[in-house]
Amino acid sequence: MNSVILTTTTRILLPILLLFSVYTLIRGHQEPGGGFVGGLVAGMAFALYTISNGVASARKIFPLSPTTFLIIGLTFALSSGLLSLFLGLPAFTGIWGTYEFPVIGYLSTPLVFDIGVYLVVFGVSSSIIFTLKLKE
Amino acid sequence: MILENVILYFILPVLSISMLLIFIRVFKGPRLMDRVVALDLLVIVGIGSFSAYAILHNKEVFIDISLILALIAFLSTVAFTWYYVKGDIEKDKFDQR
Repeated sequence: MNSVILTTTTRILLPILLLFSVYTLIRGHQEPGGGFVGGLVAGMAFALYTISNGVASARKIFPLSPTTFLIIGLTFALSSGLLSLFLGLPAFTGIWGTYEFPVIGYLSTPLVFDIGVYLVVFGVSSSIIFTLKLKE
Repeated sequence: MILENVILYFILPVLSISMLLIFIRVFKGPRLMDRVVALDLLVIVGIGSFSAYAILHNKEVFIDISLILALIAFLSTVAFTWYYVKGDIEKDKFDQR
């Protein structure tokens, strides 16, 4: 689809949507939001880009393949659960840092798990979009 | 207190009635494009009601919902139009009825 309006709108909207998805991700633990919703918003942003500019240019701004995002996300989620085993606690115990960062808040293993979920959802949704659009 | 009364007795009824009218258009719409535009309009009326609810109950989380809906609401219309132009949708099947 070659539409100047859509392409220009997407160029403005893509950074805003990605920023909003990260905001949703790091707000997630105490308030509504979280990795799943953030990943869906990011996937939506790339769906918009894919629809307006085509799969080839979407793959160009996509640094890795969607499957790689899946693998990285699953590794993140699993490692957040296995970290507590090394400290002698039951698996998937939430470990919280002591220093409070200005925006993120306390660093913790739930945040790492959420980042993993974010990457997995992002990879799955963008791979679905790529597969649907490849049949052009 | 006046703002709450305005929302309760004017804004929310108007939004509800317009949602009803939009649903009539979705079910009745003679052509497929009428239904697509009606669904897009439904999302926008939903944004309005979310914002009214957020003001009424002091829940700023709903403002975020309306923000993200306003950002991505047109995506469904764009996707529908893409499939329509491509010709995957059987137009006659939806246009009659």
